[in-house]
Amino acid sequence: MTMTTNKAPSRLDRFRDSFVWYSFKRDRTAQLCLAVFLCLVVAAFSAPLLAPTDPYDLRQIDIMASELPPFWIDGADEQYSLGTDAQGRDLWSIILYGTRVSLLIGFGAVILQALLGVTFGLMAGYLGGRVDAFLMRLADIQLSFSTLMVAIVVGAVVKATLGGAFYSQYAVLMLVLIIGLAEWPQYARTVRASVLAERSKEYVDAARVMGLRSKRIMFRHVLPNTLSPIFVISTVQIANAIISEAALSFLGLGMPETHPSLGSLIKAGFDYIQSGSWWITLIPGAVLVVLVLSINLLGDWLRDVMNPRLYKG
Amino acid sequence: MALLEVSQLDVRFALRQGEVKAIRDVSFTLERGERLGIVGESGAGKSVAAFSLLNLISKPGFIAGGSIRFEGQTLNTMSERGLRKIRGNRISMIFQDPMMTLNPVLSIGEQMVECLKAHRRISSREARAIALDKLRQVQIPSPEKRLDQYPHELSGGMRQRIIIAIALLLDPDIIIADEPTTALDVTIQAEIMALLLDLCEQHNVGLILITHDLGVVSQVTQRMLVMYAGRVIEQGPTREIINDPQHPYTQGLINALPQMATPGEKLNQIRGSMPSLSNLPSGCAFHPRCDFIKRADGQTRPACVEQVPGFVQTGNCQVACHMVAELLEDRRLKEESQ
Amino acid sequence: MSAQASAAAVNHIPAENVETATPLLQIRDLKKRFSLSGDFLEQLRFKGGKLVRHQEHVHAINGVNLDISRGEALCVVGESGCGKSTVARTVMGLLSPSEGEIHYDGQRIDNLSSRQLLPYRKRMQMIFQNPYASLNPRMTIQQTLEEPLRLHHPKWNRQQIADKVEEVMRSVGIDPDWGKRFGHEFSGGQRQRIAIARALAVDPEFIVADEPISALDVSIQAQVLNLLMEAQHARNLTYLFITHDLAVVEHFGTRVAVMYLGTVCEIATTATLFAKPRHPYTQALLSSIPRLEDDRPQHIRLEGEVPTPVHLPSGCVFHGRCPYANARCRQEIPLLQMQNDGTRVACHAVEEGRL
Repeated sequence: MTMTTNKAPSRLDRFRDSFVWYSFKRDRTAQLCLAVFLCLVVAAFSAPLLAPTDPYDLRQIDIMASELPPFWIDGADEQYSLGTDAQGRDLWSIILYGTRVSLLIGFGAVILQALLGVTFGLMAGYLGGRVDAFLMRLADIQLSFSTLMVAIVVGAVVKATLGGAFYSQYAVLMLVLIIGLAEWPQYARTVRASVLAERSKEYVDAARVMGLRSKRIMFRHVLPNTLSPIFVISTVQIANAIISEAALSFLGLGMPETHPSLGSLIKAGFDYIQSGSWWITLIPGAVLVVLVLSINLLGDWLRDVMNPRLYKG
Repeated sequence: MALLEVSQLDVRFALRQGEVKAIRDVSFTLERGERLGIVGESGAGKSVAAFSLLNLISKPGFIAGGSIRFEGQTLNTMSERGLRKIRGNRISMIFQDPMMTLNPVLSIGEQMVECLKAHRRISSREARAIALDKLRQVQIPSPEKRLDQYPHELSGGMRQRIIIAIALLLDPDIIIADEPTTALDVTIQAEIMALLLDLCEQHNVGLILITHDLGVVSQVTQRMLVMYAGRVIEQGPTREIINDPQHPYTQGLINALPQMATPGEKLNQIRGSMPSLSNLPSGCAFHPRCDFIKRADGQTRPACVEQVPGFVQTGNCQVACHMVAELLEDRRLKEESQ
Repeated sequence: MSAQASAAAVNHIPAENVETATPLLQIRDLKKRFSLSGDFLEQLRFKGGKLVRHQEHVHAINGVNLDISRGEALCVVGESGCGKSTVARTVMGLLSPSEGEIHYDGQRIDNLSSRQLLPYRKRMQMIFQNPYASLNPRMTIQQTLEEPLRLHHPKWNRQQIADKVEEVMRSVGIDPDWGKRFGHEFSGGQRQRIAIARALAVDPEFIVADEPISALDVSIQAQVLNLLMEAQHARNLTYLFITHDLAVVEHFGTRVAVMYLGTVCEIATTATLFAKPRHPYTQALLSSIPRLEDDRPQHIRLEGEVPTPVHLPSGCVFHGRCPYANARCRQEIPLLQMQNDGTRVACHAVEEGRL
């Protein structure tokens, strides 16, 4: 490699020159997915601005206007473009708010998972020996319980001891905790594997020869080099967390119907699908599918791009 | 007509920075039973040259021009079917890493028999007999046992012997060996090189040896090409080039070897490093590192910077260097005037 | 077998001490084994109806004694698997020895805690083989070079550190303006220069170089070797230089130790070793260097290949491949014996005058 100029490129230049940007520019699927995902995120978080009604405000709900169909079907009310649900809430508004709840839980749970998983994975991989054995056995035990089982047990215990009202009030937090605690081993295993690969590289030896303490080597040298796999697994985990939340809510273990997520919307509408009001369940369902699909496809693309074998070799 | 004739071969890689010319204007010939060395550092294009001979360049690389003729057939335009009849059969290859050729889940015997039966109509029993004979030729201890072993059960040196046996399996006319001993220890390396040399001589097989090791080339080959940044810069009989290199790069390469300097003294280094193929200097690609771009009067030779040098003949060698061309021209003028 | 070997080493120490006054680094009867058997549960085997604990080891080093005097470059040569890199990594504290001691400047260092070792980290540094792996890909050159300075000179201010980084970059021939760039933007030779700069930044007096040029191109090898020699003259460095390339040894080394299967089989000054190799393995090794002058390879053929270090041969580790081996070689481990020109050879054939 020869350098023609002595000026070091800025971060932006580096990004423009990077393989990630190059591949993003050529990948229509990735572009489309990112656009869809960003639209959903922006719409969800500006729900109070976009939504014509506030579904959390009981005064704005008219029970007489329940089960109205969306605008392209006869009998629709112009006021409710996507129709209304069984309680007479505007479906469009409640989907916006529901998506916000789903995304909050998804991101929150993944942040918790990442914090736990990265710390434990880093320690297991770098320190090795007994620490490694202990943490990895812990992860194995954790993985042998399914997320749903953990959620059911925790949910039942909390509801029994602190009461249903308490649970409903802190439902978002509870779900973040449950999903976050249930799935950290995924992170820990990925991080541990790449730490093991990095630890045997000579730059880690060089840092040890320099006399640096283990903590600094772990966080300053090893961790930044395991970011790519963390990034890739994060996308998959966000999608998983959203799905887990929807599943829990569908089973009635998640968000209460007064503050519905996409999952609880689907569940609420499911009872009316036989009576012909299919839109109450299918429209939130479609939103969920589009959201998860776009995240998964982005994750797929990211994995291809960040696979070092593909572009470094 | 030579057995193998490569003329003006041009291989490019379509990368995102644009088209990169991996090798340009490479021409050479190989006679039956001749041993040719291709020498260069990493990035010089020597492996690309070898792989393109059998049209083994994979995407994004492609042969952009020139021709490769083997016994009069043009290989670079031949169909994949036709090529398969030549690959492994008439021209075989030995790679640096034996595991690239050996299939880890098949025993040595199965692989050799399969290879034989793919090219010849013989029974398994006959094929096995041939395989055993080849293993004996590469002096593997207890060859009968080896046939039923798997690659991972053998040591590195043993695997490379097996690879040579497989390369010889169909009695090829040419063996292309790409850094065949680089991954091996010195003592094993010497054994394998001696074996390869003996076998090529016994069976009158041509050898194209790709290596960065001048010592190996000087011991094994009769003629050599020196490559730099995708071009051949010097070619001729190995002895002549090693003893009296003409191109400043070849001189630098040989003089940089530790054995060429007094122990403890500074080594004669070439400054700078090989340019990247996507960002080649103008004119002679070596000029930014060359000590001879200035004339005796201190003026920089403009041609070195502006013009890609063509080959001039000195002795039995061809050299692509403006400085050498100028010296020859001066000498010719002097002789004419006398 | 190991008792025999350590007894041999003890007998041998006096001769070594007489020869050199106060060596900078002393390696005493160093042994290093790596377990192949995994953790306790995996070691349990069912044998003859009983549960037995079964352990297997790679014997990487088996009783190595080496002294390195101030200002010299001791080269350790050998083929892959002979334990030369393990010696280097044990000296630097990257591995802890299974047995034996390492003394630096009179002080035993192999049993120190990492805090106690810190002052020695400043005096001893290491250069690694692979310049593509020895620089942290997420750190700029500037950050890479500043890190050891900040650690070892906590009182220095920003300007002092910047000045030192610039000085050390210039001394290895890297433009200080490139500090903001990352390692992957440089060629192999330039990266190795940066790695050398990192080692030199704390002004060490002793450098362990583990195959520092074998991953580089021929024309770049000469540059890096010159740089290492310049640094040695300018800073009065002492080197422990690990390599498999005998041509480099001949040029670079003051003394050479030849290793085979975890033991030293010959130690001599470079000139003596190349002029008069004593040990049959050294002779074979020297004969297999491809020389430019030869028309054909003229090497000594050795039987077979290096045995695995898991099950060491009895007696002399080289006897299975040695053309001069006899019954004694198969049973008794040869000791390093002083010859009249100062060379030390571990070979029964040399001792008995058979060779």
